[in-house]
Amino acid sequence: MSSRRIFARPARLAAIAPYVWMVLFFLVPFGFVLKIALSQTAIAQPPYEPLFDLAAGWDALEAAFGALSLDNFRLLASDDIYVFAYVRSLTVAVTATALLLVIGYPIAYGMARLPSRWQAVAMVLVIVPFWTSFLIRIYAWINILQHDGLLNQILLMLHLVSQPVVWLSTDSAMYIGIVYSYLPFMILPLYATLAKMEPALEEAAGDLGAPPWQVFWLVTFPLSLPGVGAGVLLCFIPIVGEFVIPDLLAGSNSLMIGQTLWLEFFTNKDWPVASAAAIVLLAVLLVPLLLYERLQKRQLEQGR
Amino acid sequence: MAEKLLTTDAELGAAGEAAHPAAGQPLLRIEGVAKTFGAFRAVDGVSLDIGAGEFFALLGPSGCGKTTLLRMLAGFEAPDEGRILLGGKDIAQALPHERPINMMFQNYALFPHLSVSDNIAFGLKRAGMARADIARRVAEMVALVNLEGLEKRKPDQLSGGQRQRVALARALARRPQLLLLDEPLAALDKKLRESTQGELMELQRRLGMTFIIVTHDQEEAMTMASRIGVMKAGKLAQVASPRELYEAPRSRWIAEFVGDINLFDGESKLRDGHRLIIGTRDAGSLVVAEPREPVGGGKLSVAIRPEKVKLSRRGPVGEAGRETAINLLDGVIADICYLGGTTTYKVKLDTGGMVQASVANSARLDVDAYSVNQHVVAWFAPDDCVLLTS
Repeated sequence: MSSRRIFARPARLAAIAPYVWMVLFFLVPFGFVLKIALSQTAIAQPPYEPLFDLAAGWDALEAAFGALSLDNFRLLASDDIYVFAYVRSLTVAVTATALLLVIGYPIAYGMARLPSRWQAVAMVLVIVPFWTSFLIRIYAWINILQHDGLLNQILLMLHLVSQPVVWLSTDSAMYIGIVYSYLPFMILPLYATLAKMEPALEEAAGDLGAPPWQVFWLVTFPLSLPGVGAGVLLCFIPIVGEFVIPDLLAGSNSLMIGQTLWLEFFTNKDWPVASAAAIVLLAVLLVPLLLYERLQKRQLEQGR
Repeated sequence: MAEKLLTTDAELGAAGEAAHPAAGQPLLRIEGVAKTFGAFRAVDGVSLDIGAGEFFALLGPSGCGKTTLLRMLAGFEAPDEGRILLGGKDIAQALPHERPINMMFQNYALFPHLSVSDNIAFGLKRAGMARADIARRVAEMVALVNLEGLEKRKPDQLSGGQRQRVALARALARRPQLLLLDEPLAALDKKLRESTQGELMELQRRLGMTFIIVTHDQEEAMTMASRIGVMKAGKLAQVASPRELYEAPRSRWIAEFVGDINLFDGESKLRDGHRLIIGTRDAGSLVVAEPREPVGGGKLSVAIRPEKVKLSRRGPVGEAGRETAINLLDGVIADICYLGGTTTYKVKLDTGGMVQASVANSARLDVDAYSVNQHVVAWFAPDDCVLLTS
C-alpha cells in the first residue's frame, strides 16, 4: 500500500502537467487576445481601452467590463477586405494542400518502396532543408524566380519560353514557395503510414485479379488515409495563417488573412481588430480539426 | 444448406474439368526454373510436374527456396530462367492478376478496411461478375468455410482461426485452376492446426482442385499431401509420396530432415546373397537388404527409423529370434523420453555408438518399461534398414 502511495502522486502530477501547460501558454494568452478583441482602439499605450486596473476598485472593473463590445467582430463581417482575406486564405490553403498531396504522395510512396537502407537516406534528404533558416530559403527562391534568375535561365536555355517569365509577385511564385516549404510535412506522415503497410496486401489484391492501378485505388490509398489526413492537416492549418511566403513571393493586390492581421497590428496599430481577426481565424481552423477528430474516432470504433 | 453446397460442388467440378482440356498433360509443368537475388541463387533449376487434383507439398527448411518458387507460380517474382506452363501455356512472365491462380498468404493478408464479405467478393468484382452472382458466390463461400453470421465483421474483429477461413474463402472464391497455400496453418495453435489440416484435405478432395502448399513442418506435409517435394538450397532433393519419402529417403540429409533416424557410417564389407554386410564404426557389422540400385564402394550410411528398432532384455523372441541375419546390438539404456503414445529410449551401445528406439506404450501399466542403466538388446531386421550413399 505504501509503495503505491509513493508512486501515485508523481503519476498524478505528470498527468496534470500538460493541462497546466495548456492553461498557462494557451488559455491565458487566448483570454488576453479575446479581451483585446472586445476592446476599442485608443491612441494610448497600450493602444486600446478599457484597461482593467485591479487597484481602481470594484466599480471601475464593472465599468470596464461594460465597455467591452463585439464591434470589432461586426466590422470583420461587414468589411469586404476581411471576408476576402479569409476566402483567399482558405482558397490558397486548399489549392496548396491539394498540390502538396499530389506531389508528396508519389514521393512518399517511392520512399516506402525503397530498400530499407536507402529509406534512411531518402528520409535525411527530405529533412535536410530544415537545417537552413526558413527565411533564407525563401530569399533563395526570390533569387531563383527573379527576372534573370535560375528558373528563367533554364527555361530560356531549353527554349521553352522566348522571353523571361514574370514569376515574382505572382500567385505561381507563392504556390512554389508554399509547396516547397511544406512538402516535408506532407511526405513524412504519408511515408510513415505507407512504410508500415504490409506488402502482402498489395500482392493479395494483384493475386485476386486487380491490375496495378486498381491495387492502388482499392487497397493502398484507402489504407493510407490516416497518413493523408495527418499530412493534409499539418499543411492546411499553418498555410491558412501563412504570412511570410505570400508577403515575400505573392503580389500585393490580394492579401491573405495573415498579412491582413500583420497590417492591422503593426501598420494601423489597431490591436483590437487584429485580435478579433486572429480569433475568427482560430474558429475557422477548428472546423477541419474537429472533423478529423470525429473521423479518427469513428475509425477507432470501427476497428474495435 | 446441403443443397447449396451440392450445387457448389457440381459447378466447381465443371470448372475444374474445363481447366485442363488436354488429357495426359500435367496441369502445371515447371521447367528448369531458376531465380537469383544478387549473388544468392534462391531457386536453382527446379523441374516438376503437378497433375490436376493433386495436393502437393513443397517442404524444406527456411531459406531453401520453396517460398520463392511459390511466389514465381503466383507471379510475384519472375523467374530468371525456365518456363512455367499452366495447362500448356507459358505463364512465367505473366503478371499476378493475369493468372488463373490464387494464393492464400502466410499471414492471410486480409484487407483490413473491408468486411469479411467484401474481402471474399474482392476477386469476384475484379472479374467483372454480376452483382447478384457475386452475392450468391460470397454466400456459398461463407457457408463453405462455416463463417455464417460474421459477414459484416472487419478482419481485426475475428479470431486467428476465423481469419484463416476468410483467407481460404477469398482465395477459393474465383475458383482458381491452382490454389497456392503459403504456410497456411503456421499462425494457428497445435489443436486448431490439426483440425484445420483435416478440413483442408476434405475441401481439396471435395472440390477436386489442385493445391500446392508450402510448409517447413514435415508432419503437416506428410498428413495432407499426396506428393511431397523436398527442397534444399534451391534444388528439389526428392519428389515422392509421404510413405516413400519416409521409408526410402534418397539421401542422408532427407532421412534426417524427415522424421527421426539412426545413422551408422561405414563401408561395404561383404555380399551374402541379397544381403550386404556393412562394417560400421559405432555399431559393428550390420546386415542390410541389398538396395534396388547397386551402391558403389566408399562411404555408406545405414539408416534405421527409431520405431523399427526393437528392444528386449535378452534378445529377440519368437519368430524373429530364429532369423539368422538379424542385427543385434548390446547396450544399456542411457536416456528415456516419455511422449505419451510412445517412449523413446536412447541406448548406449557397447560398441560405442548410440541408437534410438521408439516403443509404443500399448499397455497402461509400465510393467515392461525399461529403466536407465538397464542392460538391453536392440535389434532390427535387415529389410527395415536403408542404405544411403550421400
